[in-house]
Amino acid sequence: MTKALSWARVKSPWLIHFNTGGCNGCDIELVAALTPRFDVERFGILLEGSPRHADILAVTGPVTLQVKDRLLRIYEQMPEPKYVVAIGTCAVSGAPFKDCYNVYGGVDKVLPVDVYIPGCPPKPEAIIDGIVKLIQKIKGEESRG
Amino acid sequence: MIKVPFGPQHPALKEPENFTFEIDGDIVVAVKPRIGYNHRGIEKAFEQRTYIQNLYLAERICGICSDAHTTCYTQAVESLLGVEAPPRARYIRVIVAELERIHSHSLWLGIAAHEIGFDTLFFYYWRDREVVMDLLESISGNRVHYAMNTIGGVRRDISPEKVSMIKKGLDFLEERMKRYIEMMKTDQTVLKRTEGVGVLKRRDAIDLCAVGPTLRASGVKNDVRADDPYAAYDEIPFNVVTHDGGDVLSRILVRCEEILESIEITRYALDHMPEGMTRVRVPMAVPPGETVSRVEAPRGELIHYAKSNGTARPERYKVRSPTLGNIPALCKMLIGCHVADIPIILAGIDPCFACMDRMTFIDLRNGDEWVWTMQELRRRYRND
Ligand code: SF4
Repeated sequence: MTKALSWARVKSPWLIHFNTGGCNGCDIELVAALTPRFDVERFGILLEGSPRHADILAVTGPVTLQVKDRLLRIYEQMPEPKYVVAIGTCAVSGAPFKDCYNVYGGVDKVLPVDVYIPGCPPKPEAIIDGIVKLIQKIKGEESRG
Repeated sequence: MIKVPFGPQHPALKEPENFTFEIDGDIVVAVKPRIGYNHRGIEKAFEQRTYIQNLYLAERICGICSDAHTTCYTQAVESLLGVEAPPRARYIRVIVAELERIHSHSLWLGIAAHEIGFDTLFFYYWRDREVVMDLLESISGNRVHYAMNTIGGVRRDISPEKVSMIKKGLDFLEERMKRYIEMMKTDQTVLKRTEGVGVLKRRDAIDLCAVGPTLRASGVKNDVRADDPYAAYDEIPFNVVTHDGGDVLSRILVRCEEILESIEITRYALDHMPEGMTRVRVPMAVPPGETVSRVEAPRGELIHYAKSNGTARPERYKVRSPTLGNIPALCKMLIGCHVADIPIILAGIDPCFACMDRMTFIDLRNGDEWVWTMQELRRRYRND
């Protein structure tokens, strides 16, 4: 059973996207990655609306004070095992909004992050590359575990 | 009466924002928007950075209308400095702004198609949008933050080879767009979901200070490009597109036709671009003074206000983005609609919360409001 589950997870990871205060640039590029030109669905990746169905949390934006609790709540609602991808320089380190009074700066200040995709914004190709790297990481874990 | 929360994490919203709907049966009777999830404190950050650094910050206010924000910012600083961008730079600004409008509107059309459950159309729009994205990338080197504007002009020129490439791309887009307009006007799926939905009457639109395509879809002819021309718009002939329906269908048609208009403007600008420099040298010191600058962003009128005290950093900076102007109108449209229509009406104003969010201090016990200085804010939130 667990074997079947992990096989399914590697073959078809479901993604949930949450903007924690970014400028929208990264979000649009993430959506663009789903559209015909780039088409992440060929890797079995599906964008999901509900955190309870998702395996991967894709975060864009520097975490703002208001949004932090929501982010944690969404993370807690996701079933184990779960992974976090930080998309864009904002989510990686908080720049260019570093030192703004309302910003924590970087998703890793509040959540453990598995893959960082820098760029402002990263191109859809880079986002796909990052997610594929995460899939490989999951594969490695599954074969060891 | 039931209260339904909507967001901040919701599949219909790409950005965190919260709305509370009061619902009677299937009809919305009251709406309470709660903005602020996306507030980063950009205006204060403006005051901490130098004028050159702020260029990059202005760009990152919004990832969809990044060029509109930098245009507005550079115009404000240029007017403080008393310099003017050279003619060629002003034409290049127009070209990039219009290409950005095409990309932003096609993006929105895709989202709108998605909200009415027409995903095939969504993919068509976004596939064609990649053509504009390629043009923008080849001009500027980036797909989202173009970094084209600088104080005193633009940073990159458009070469003759690029001109012919852009024209080819525009021809393709024009043909596609004409087909889509035909389709939007006749397709039953689209008509059933958008005709007569989310109506905003002309009077209400004016009273509630709606802006941009939302206002123009209610039959009001208002466009900063025509009313208060900036860059090279005073030298370029174009029409302000309006529709009288006031519903979501009109908003769709206004944006579709604006894309055609933008294609024409870009063509004209490419043909009539004067030769010459693309930027002028500007003095480093910004004299004291204050100024307001306006730009027609893809979503409507964008206002920047700058106050300088003669130092290397602005003393006060203020951004009024178009979405904020549209929120009261949005609440009006939502009242009386069906629950199932909420996503498309919400999406109908083309909301961009990233540029809009702001905050205020309120003491919940007695309702007092006040203003804090930067030091107080930092002490409170960062413990330093
Ligand atoms: S990394 Fe850049 S593009 Fe992405 S959200 Fe931040 S500012 Fe916007």
